[in-house]
Amino acid sequence: MAPALCAICKTGRALIKRPKNHTKLCKSCFINIFEDEVHHTITSSQLFYPGEKVAIGASGGKDSTVLASVLKTLNERHGYGLELVLLSIDEGIKGYRDDSLETVKKNAVEYDMPLLVVGYDELYGWTMDQVVETIGKKGNCTYCGVFRRQALDRGAKMLGIRHVVTGHNADDVAETVLMNLLRGDLSRLSRSTSIVTGDNKSEVKRSKPLKYSYEKEIVLYAHHKKLEYFSTECIYSPEAFRGSARTLIKQLERVRPSAILDIVRSGEDMARLVPGESASSCGGCKSKTETPVAAPEDDAGGCGSSNGRNPGGEMAAMDKQLRENEEAEGLEVDITKLVLESKNRQKEKQRDSATKNGGGNPKPTTRQVLGKCQRCGYMSSQDTCQACTLLEGLNKNRPQIQI
Amino acid sequence: MADSTEVPIRESETPTISITVDFYGGLDTLFGKGQHKLAIPAADKSGSPSTIGFLVTHLCETKMNDPRTDLFVLDGHIRPGILVLINEADWELEGEEAYEIQSGDNVVFVSTLHGG
Ligand SMILES: [Zn+2]
Ligand SMILES: [Zn+2]
Repeated sequence: MAPALCAICKTGRALIKRPKNHTKLCKSCFINIFEDEVHHTITSSQLFYPGEKVAIGASGGKDSTVLASVLKTLNERHGYGLELVLLSIDEGIKGYRDDSLETVKKNAVEYDMPLLVVGYDELYGWTMDQVVETIGKKGNCTYCGVFRRQALDRGAKMLGIRHVVTGHNADDVAETVLMNLLRGDLSRLSRSTSIVTGDNKSEVKRSKPLKYSYEKEIVLYAHHKKLEYFSTECIYSPEAFRGSARTLIKQLERVRPSAILDIVRSGEDMARLVPGESASSCGGCKSKTETPVAAPEDDAGGCGSSNGRNPGGEMAAMDKQLRENEEAEGLEVDITKLVLESKNRQKEKQRDSATKNGGGNPKPTTRQVLGKCQRCGYMSSQDTCQACTLLEGLNKNRPQIQI
Repeated sequence: MADSTEVPIRESETPTISITVDFYGGLDTLFGKGQHKLAIPAADKSGSPSTIGFLVTHLCETKMNDPRTDLFVLDGHIRPGILVLINEADWELEGEEAYEIQSGDNVVFVSTLHGG
C-alpha cells in the first residue's frame, strides 16, 4: 500500500486518520489542527479573560497532561495572558497517587508551572485509605467519587483560585450523555453537556476546554508530542475498567467514528429542550452569545483520575445499576442508615440525597433550584451536599475505629 | 528501526521476522514495560504471511503475563479503545488486521481506556 499523503500540506506522510471526518494528516499538521481546534473552543466559548489565574486539574493522566501542554502552548502563542498552575488532589491512597504525583511533578518542571497538591485529609479530614478502613472496599468508590467531585473546587477555593479547568474530553461527555439518557435523567444530561460549570458569580468556575476533543486524538497528541503521562487503574476499583457505557462508546466509535461528537451534539440539542437549562454549543458555532451555566455536582465522577472523571466511575455506577442491583441497594441502605442514625435532622431530604448517592433513581425533568450546602457552602440542590452527608456518616463511625 | 542482525531460525525451521512492539497506556502492565524485540513466525499455520491479526493472537498466547486477556482482546479482535500504530501510522491507514508484517516493523499498542 503506497503511503498516503497529508491532506493539508500534501507533502508529509499521513500518520493520523481523524475520527471525526476521516481526514488523513501528517504529524505536524495534526498537532497544529488539534491545537487550533482547542483554541477555537476557548475563544468561541470565551472561557478565559486576560490575567486570569487558572488551575489545571492535574492527575498525571493523559487528558490533564495534554490539557496542560496545549494550554501552555496556546497561552504563549495567542497571548491569553493566563497565569496557569497545576492543581493535584491527593486522595490518600498509598501507592496509587504516589506514582502519578511524580508524573505531575515532572510536568510542572517541564511546563514551568507551579504545582499545588491538596489532600483529602486537608479537605475532608479523611484519606481514602482511612475511609476504606472504616467502611471496607465495597462502595468506597461512591465516597471517592463524591469527594473528588468537590475536591478541585474546594482545593482551588482554599488557594484563592476561581477557575479550574479539567481534561474532560468528547468521549467523557458522550459517555455522560448516554448514561443520563439511559437513566432518563434529562436534567442532569443537559447540565453535563455544558462547557462551563458555575459562572463569574460563583466562587469557583469550572470548564473543559477539551470537550470537543476525541480521546483518541488526545492519546495520539500525547504520543506524537512524546508527552509523559501516567496510566493506572484505581486500586480500589479494578472492576471499573469494564464499564458498559464506555465500552459501548468505544464500540460505536469503531463502527462510526463520528458517533462520539454526534452524541455530544445530540446532548447539547436535548439540553436546549430542558426548561431552564442551556447548553453551550460550538458544534457548528451556532450560538456563542451566552455563557452556559450548570451545577458542579453532575460531572462524571469516580475513581481513576483527579479530574473528577474516569473511564470507570460513571461506568461503575452504570454497571451497578445494570447488573449489580443488589449491591447498589445494599450501599444505599448503608448510607441511609448512617444518616438516620445521626440526629434525624432533615430526615427526608437527607434520605433523598443519600439514595442519589447509590446510583440514581430517575428524577423528574424539572429544573432544580440550586442552593448551597448549609454546612460547607458548596453548590448543592440539597440542604446538605453529598460530601457532607457522607462525612457525617464517616465521622460518626470514627471513634469506634480508633478505639 | 530496521534490525540488521541475523533473524534467528527456530528448531522447527519456521522462518521468522524480527519486529519491535511497544505497549502504552496501561497495557504495559499486561505485557511488561519497555520495547519488546520479537521474532515472530513469518507465516501463520495455514501458510499465509503473518498479519497484525495474527500478531495480536500470538501476543496473547506467548507474551501476556496477565489472565485478563479481555483487557487486550474482545471476541478475537483488539479491544475497541486500543490504538494500534504501525511504524507510527494509525493502523486504519495500513489495512488494520490484514496488514502483512514486514521485517523491522514497529507496532505500538496504546490503550485509551485509562483515567485521564
Ligand atoms: Zn501535513
Ligand atoms: Zn457540604
